[in-house]
This record gives sequence, C-alpha cells and structure tokens, in this order.
Amino acid sequence: MGTGSKKFLLSKGLDNYFIGVYNAYKFIGRFFKEAFKSPFHFREIINQCFEIGLKALPLITLTGFITGIVFTKQSRPSLETFGATSWLPSLISIAILRALASLVTALICSGKVGSSIGAELGSMRVTEQIDAMEVSAINPFKFLVTTRVLATTITVPILALYCGFVALLGSFVNINAHEATSFISFFEHGFDTITFLDIFTSVTKSIFFGFTIGIVGCYKGYNASSGTVGVGRAANQAVVLSMFLVFIEEVVIVQVSNWIRLY
Amino acid sequence: MQSDNHNDIIDRDDAVISIRGLYKSFGALDVLKGIDLDLHKGENVAVLGRSGTGKSVLIKILVGLLMPDAGKVNVLGQEVDKLKGKELDALRLKIGFSFQNSALYDSMDVRRNLEFPLRMNFKSLTKKEIDKAVEEVLDAVGLLDKINQLPSDLSGGQKKRIGIARTLILKPEIMLYDEPTSGLDPITSVEINDLINDVQRRYHTSSIIITHDLTCAKVTANRVAILLDGAFLKVGTFADVFATKEERIQSFFNYNFIT
Ligand SMILES: Nc1ncnc2c1ncn2[C@@H]1O[C@H](COP(=O)(O)OP(=O)(O)OP(=O)(O)O)[C@@H](O)[C@H]1O
Ligand SMILES: [Mg+2]
Repeated sequence: MGTGSKKFLLSKGLDNYFIGVYNAYKFIGRFFKEAFKSPFHFREIINQCFEIGLKALPLITLTGFITGIVFTKQSRPSLETFGATSWLPSLISIAILRALASLVTALICSGKVGSSIGAELGSMRVTEQIDAMEVSAINPFKFLVTTRVLATTITVPILALYCGFVALLGSFVNINAHEATSFISFFEHGFDTITFLDIFTSVTKSIFFGFTIGIVGCYKGYNASSGTVGVGRAANQAVVLSMFLVFIEEVVIVQVSNWIRLY
Repeated sequence: MQSDNHNDIIDRDDAVISIRGLYKSFGALDVLKGIDLDLHKGENVAVLGRSGTGKSVLIKILVGLLMPDAGKVNVLGQEVDKLKGKELDALRLKIGFSFQNSALYDSMDVRRNLEFPLRMNFKSLTKKEIDKAVEEVLDAVGLLDKINQLPSDLSGGQKKRIGIARTLILKPEIMLYDEPTSGLDPITSVEINDLINDVQRRYHTSSIIITHDLTCAKVTANRVAILLDGAFLKVGTFADVFATKEERIQSFFNYNFIT
C-alpha cells in the first residue's frame, strides 16, 4: 500500500473520519435551514408520523409490557429483605419514567425505524429517484429528509410516553398478583416520587433520540453509494450509529439533568 | 416518422442547447475531454457511444445534476452551472429527463408518480386539471389502463414509457432520453422509437437521445454524434456518419450489427 498518487493530511482513515464528520455537520445544518422554510409538506410529515408509529407500535407494546413485569419481578427480592415491598411502585415508576421507557423506545426505533429510513432513502438514491425529484424541480432534501426527521422527532417522544405507560401496566400486573394493590393506589404511589423535572427530562431525551434516529437514517440513506450493497450498508450503519449516539446522549442528558436537580 | 427533413435543420441558427469545450473528470478518471455540441430547436440528436464513455454524465451536466470542470454549457440561453435555487428549478421545469432505469417512485402508483411533479410545482392546480393532465400524458404513451398499478407491476418497457410520461406532464421544451431502448426486446424498442418521434411532433420538443441502439438512432434522430474517448468523433446525419471511412466509427457500427 501507500504508492497511490493521493496524499492524505493525516492518514486515510483519519482524513475520511473528519470528512465524514464535516459532511454530517453540513447535513444537519441543511436540515435546520430547510425545516423553517416553506413549503412545509405537512401532509407528508403526518403520513410519516403514522408510518413510524405503526411500524414501532407492536414491538414497543410487547417490550414495554415485558420490561415492566420483569423489572418488578427482579426488584422484589431485594426490597423484601428490608420489608419494603410497598416501595416497589415508586421505585419502578422512577426507573421506567426516568430511564427505561425512553431508552427502550429509542433502541427499538433505531432498529425498526432507523433501518427502514436508511434502506428506503438508500434505494431511492441508487435507483436515481432522488435525482428524478431534483430534475423535476422538487427539493428532495425537503420532501424526504426534513419530513422524516421531523416525524421521528415528534413520534418517538409520544411512543416513549406510551411505552412508559405500558411498562407501568406490566409492573402493575405483577404487583397486583402479589399484593392485590388496586390500580389507582398503584399509580398514586408510583407518581408520588415523580417530579415534573423527571417527565420533562424524559421527554427532552426522547426528542433528542427521535431527532438522532431520523437524521442518522436519512444521512446514511441519502448519501448511500451506488449498488444494492450500498442500500444494505446504509440501513445497517443507520442502526449501529444511531444506537451508539442514543447511549451517548443518554449519558450526557442524565448528567445535565442531575446538575439541574442539584441547583 | 421517416427522416425527411434532416439537412435543413442543421443550418438553422437557433440552438436550444449549446456546449463548448466541456470537460469533466472524477478524481483521476477523465470522462469528458472537450465536448462541443449544438442542439437546434425541434431537432433530435442521438449520442452514440460505448458503455462508460460518459454519455449519462453529459446529460446530467445539462440539468445541473453534475457540475462541469470546464467549458460552457448553455441551455435555453442560460449557463446551467451558474444557476442556483429558483432559477435552476425554473430551467429544469423546461427539461424532461428520462432516466436510464426509469427512476419511477416505487412507493407511488402510476397516477401518483405522474401527479407528483405537477402537485409539487403548481400548487394552484385543481384536482380536475391534474387528472386531465395525467390522462393526457398516459394516453400519449398508450398506457391509460395502467393508471392504478405500482411500478413494480410494470414491465421494463412500460416503466420507460411511464418515465417519459412523467416528464411530459411538465410540458418540457427539451427532452433528454438516457438509453430509452436499452434492455428491451426489438418490438418494444420500435414502440419506444415511435413514441420518441411522436413526442417530437406532438410536443414540439428538441431532444438528445443517448443510445447504443443503431436502429433507435437511425429512426429517431435528425443527427447522430459518436462519442469516443471523451470527445465527439463525428457529428452528422446518420447516413453521413455511417458512410465515414474512419476505422473506429466503422468498428462501432460493425460491432453493433454483429451482436
Ligand atoms: N458520480 C460519479 N462519481 C464518480 N464516477 C462517476 C460518476 N458518474 C459517472 N462516473 C464514471 O464516469 C464514467 C462514465 O459514466 P456514464 O454513466 O456517463 O457512462 P455511460 O456512457 O452512460 O455508460 P452506460 O452506457 O453504461 O450507461 C464511468 O466510468 C463512471 O464510473
Ligand atoms: Mg449511462
């Protein structure tokens, strides 16, 4: 290797990495520029919201419910040691609403929605459908990317709230089987310890997650390289990258919200 | 249509497309190396050339999908590479681009495929006007009965025709066909050739037809241009070019007839 006529600033890998970061930065910049200019394609945004919601709903229902049951089941023994099982509802609610619901939703949507956006835009790119829009004076970025990113940004928080609700339901089923607590008292206990900041942080987090999933899927798909290999790669990279970013954001946002909590 | 009026078109001084000294390379790969071409009003020019010689690149530059490295590209009086945003869009609306692989929107049925460019560009049109326009172009390509089908249910030749219809709906002044007959059987090819001639007559378009297919070039084009090694080797009427003694041109024709 190394006899190529091309000179690299640092090394091939690093150069490509920084070019990639710069391109992603430009892509995100373009999104914000286009998002606030008419035409807004409201119908397409709503269509996409429904598409995304329907795609993820069954899996989120199932996963949320099971998470609720399992998490309650697993937490019970340690609380029993202290005779504190009455704290179960509040413990579970905190865990679910602060962390689990938004994270589970984001991971499911990365897999389900991120990959399908990556594959869809990727195949539109390689079959020249995106070029076809461009030559008929339609702005493909606006019609395809802006609408999808807005749709994920709107839909993922809603799905996360729904996921939290279903998980609490799962938890209630388990608790009810053991302690015969009523539905109302379960929720009263649960929400005792939940503050506005918890909900606010959770929704904010989901908004970031939704944006990330949309923008990563679109970026990978929109810039897919030619051939069917390119489509597969776009879908795959969309999932891997958005999951990675979701975890990083989770850590950062939790840290920031803890600072806010302190002051 | 038989080519009855070839020669009087060449001498007219009314170019809708005028290319001078066009260069384009991708990295180390020089694709176009000094292209000159005029397309006159109402004329069909076929560009012949082997795979990978840059035919698609040439017409992509004409609609601003790719940028030239050097040279002048004037389309309908405007330098394409200098245009941006609304001005570029306005020019693109006057150019119909039929893609090599049709590039139909595969999530939309035929009707939505055809409506889409209209709806996006002319918000004030009523449903009735749009329906009428859709039916008119579908009729022009002879596929009215396919209006509710998805692109995946169409044959290759039908896709090509719907692709052409989708460009016609914007009433373009210039048509760019990228290999309209490639991958089609001879009979379907003849239908596409007829369609191209029909479009020229009915919509008064000027066209560049990219093709490997000698029959297509012969039947549809007023002039043909042979692209070789990034430049035009010869431009003239089909008969002229065919009669040229140049070896590389002859080998192109021979090769075509053998296979
Ligand atoms: N966007 C691009 N980036 C890099 N290289 C490109 C790009 N587009 C085309 N090329 C290269 O330019 C050359 C010419 O491509 P082009 O698609 O114009 O060929 P063509 O004459 O249309 O061939 P065919 O008849 O097979 O369609 C090819 O070698 C191709 O690899
Ligand atoms: Mg080509």
